[in-house]
Amino acid sequence: MSTANHSGGFHHAHHFNSAEHQYESSKQGIWLFLVTEILMFGGLFVGYSIYHSLYPQVFHAGSKQLSVVLGALNTVVLLFSSFTMALGINYVQRGLKNKAIIALAVTIACAAIFMVVKFFEYTHKFHVGTVPGKYAYTEELSASGEKVTKVGALLAEANKLSVVEREHKLHLDETEYEHLTLLEKTKNWPLFFGFYFVMSGIHGLHVLAGAFLIFWVLLKVIRNQVGPEYYTPVEGVGLFWHVVDLIWIYLFPLLYLVG
Amino acid sequence: MAHEQHNYLNHQKGIWSWLTTLDHKRIGIMYFVAIMSFFFLGGVFALLVRAELFTPGKTLFSADVYNRMMTYHGAIMVFMVIVPGIPAIFGNFVLPIMIGAKDVAFPRLNLMSWYMLMIGAAITGSTLFLENVDTGWTFYTPYSSIKTGLGVIPMVLGVFIIGFSSILTGLNFIVTTHKLRAPGMTMNRIPLMVWALYSTAILQVLATPVLAITLLLLIAEKTLGVGIFDPQLGGDPVLFQHFFWFYSHPAVYIMILPAMGVISELVATYSRKVIFGYTAIAYSSLAIAGVSFLVWGHHMFVSGQSEFAGILFSFITMLVGVPTAIKLFNWIATMYKGSIRLDAPMLFAIGFMFLFTIGGLTGVYLASTGMDVHFHDTYFVVAHFHYVMVGGTLMALMGALIYWFPKVTGKIYSDLTGRISWVFIFSGFNVTFFPQFILGNMGMPRRYYDYLPTFTELNQMSTFGSWLIGTGFLIGLFGVIYALLKGKEAGNNPFGGKTLEWTIPSPPPHENFESTPVLTGGPYEYR
Repeated sequence: MSTANHSGGFHHAHHFNSAEHQYESSKQGIWLFLVTEILMFGGLFVGYSIYHSLYPQVFHAGSKQLSVVLGALNTVVLLFSSFTMALGINYVQRGLKNKAIIALAVTIACAAIFMVVKFFEYTHKFHVGTVPGKYAYTEELSASGEKVTKVGALLAEANKLSVVEREHKLHLDETEYEHLTLLEKTKNWPLFFGFYFVMSGIHGLHVLAGAFLIFWVLLKVIRNQVGPEYYTPVEGVGLFWHVVDLIWIYLFPLLYLVG
Repeated sequence: MAHEQHNYLNHQKGIWSWLTTLDHKRIGIMYFVAIMSFFFLGGVFALLVRAELFTPGKTLFSADVYNRMMTYHGAIMVFMVIVPGIPAIFGNFVLPIMIGAKDVAFPRLNLMSWYMLMIGAAITGSTLFLENVDTGWTFYTPYSSIKTGLGVIPMVLGVFIIGFSSILTGLNFIVTTHKLRAPGMTMNRIPLMVWALYSTAILQVLATPVLAITLLLLIAEKTLGVGIFDPQLGGDPVLFQHFFWFYSHPAVYIMILPAMGVISELVATYSRKVIFGYTAIAYSSLAIAGVSFLVWGHHMFVSGQSEFAGILFSFITMLVGVPTAIKLFNWIATMYKGSIRLDAPMLFAIGFMFLFTIGGLTGVYLASTGMDVHFHDTYFVVAHFHYVMVGGTLMALMGALIYWFPKVTGKIYSDLTGRISWVFIFSGFNVTFFPQFILGNMGMPRRYYDYLPTFTELNQMSTFGSWLIGTGFLIGLFGVIYALLKGKEAGNNPFGGKTLEWTIPSPPPHENFESTPVLTGGPYEYR
């Protein structure tokens, strides 16, 4: 969030008594905004826990389908980026401009890595058909008149092939084949991917927004608009970034591990 | 004052200086113009809806058109008029002055809130021309998510953005109240209007994010078929109602708390008396805000939630009556032996107490699980919430308008015009909505296009009343234009108010105060 610094320099705005006064007010504003962010995700967490208790088997089968390795990698990347963000704030406060630029740039790079990993995770899910709700189904009906899922269609094809051919032609290894088979046996499994895509999708949008904001303060650092006397925007963006990280720390076990 | 003085209105010139202003007073006026336009639109829809119900069956247009007009009436009035109304217009204008600040804490954020309301309103309004929405303002699933057209998506997106505007305004007010009070202005000396706005702001910040996620889920449901609200995919449509009312019930208090703040100001000023029970009125605002989060289930007594939940929600809902009654009794105690002047704003304040009490007491009927089964989704409910929201918020809005008009513009609002407007609105209101209690008790369902011939006379009475209300508001509008053109010069304090805004010139100078005021006593020291 932007602060109320009219002049853009180190001077405080006319309605505050001092720079300190303005800093404290801005910080309170940012914290309140972060409360709203957490409450918004709170709605999703509530929905998740309700359906998890209603359909534990759906969430079990669904979470098996997610790649713990990629999720863990992303967790590490985000944790590391929180560290570099904190370093960046510290360097700005101490007036170490070049180090601050490097720390903030690394943070943006981490955000980029996170999104790239997400991209591969998402595209793989589109490939095998583990997508939310109505998009998980094909147009056709089965012989018994039931709707056919895309996963079901893929498995029908895979069942005609040998293990080696599955690897080769469908890019399905044996574990994934088993997981998909388990998934296909579970009623209403697309519900899990509804939660997966909505929760990780909204979080992903926050990562993008965070990266954009970090870029914005990076420019401020380069242009000497922030420094030891005035660093509210850097700290505010930092707090936002930590919350984005924090939310992922909850999302990762809920989606990938709890199953 | 005869000579041209330097104030916030002539500080800068030109339309561009308004559209980029960071002055909370100008932003308040921009909100006034915008919200009153929405109010006009919502009012026209209301009159059309009532006109259609003048006779059973088709009167003017088809059932389809009726559904849409009813939806737009509700959505516009709730999300664009009553929720932002008093906080955005009068809160913006008077809150910083009342606590002795030069501006709100985040002026740029304040301007951004206004633009978000405009963008949200434009997106919501665009559905009128692209694809009309007929869900009712509550957007209940599964009708909104599976059955009806895609117009729901822009409609809901617009409301989402308007919600953002509401969050940012609330956030701004909280920080302003905490951080920008003048020396000596302790939390127990801030005017009651500020207490009300502060409690409202807490609700805006804590409740609106839940609406945001609900609306995002509805969009996700409609575009991806996520399945969270769709029983065919394993979801539950009632979950939408839980999410929706977790916001929208507190939102009822977002609508009414600022109105109660206005009434506290009016009662103190026009009774010429120290407000009775300052602390009780102040903290009852916080109490209402707190309890409001625990009552949403009373919207779902007949949705199939457990009996235990129903009893619990019924009990907590009735608890809201306690802090509300504390306020009402304190206002009456303030008026007792006061030197009451029945100027137009005071008439609106008394009208508020009268109508809000009827609205509140009928709320107790609806909070009782057994009674609610009888009244559920009938005109009884319609009458109840109109008594609370319109009888409450819009009466206060009119009172606030006439009360602070001299401060805002430097011109006096004609008291006679105000009183005539009050007579029309107050009587029209009762003629419109009292018959609806009876209709509801007789079993006429809400939202229906058609009704049994038995209900004709009461419906015609109701429609006739809606014309009176319309006339009343038009007279109010005439008063604004007349006062702007020919109003008398107001002077600093035409009504003898004691809060800080009456100590500065009207209209206020650009930075509100020549020098920072220092407080030595409470806000209402009459005698």
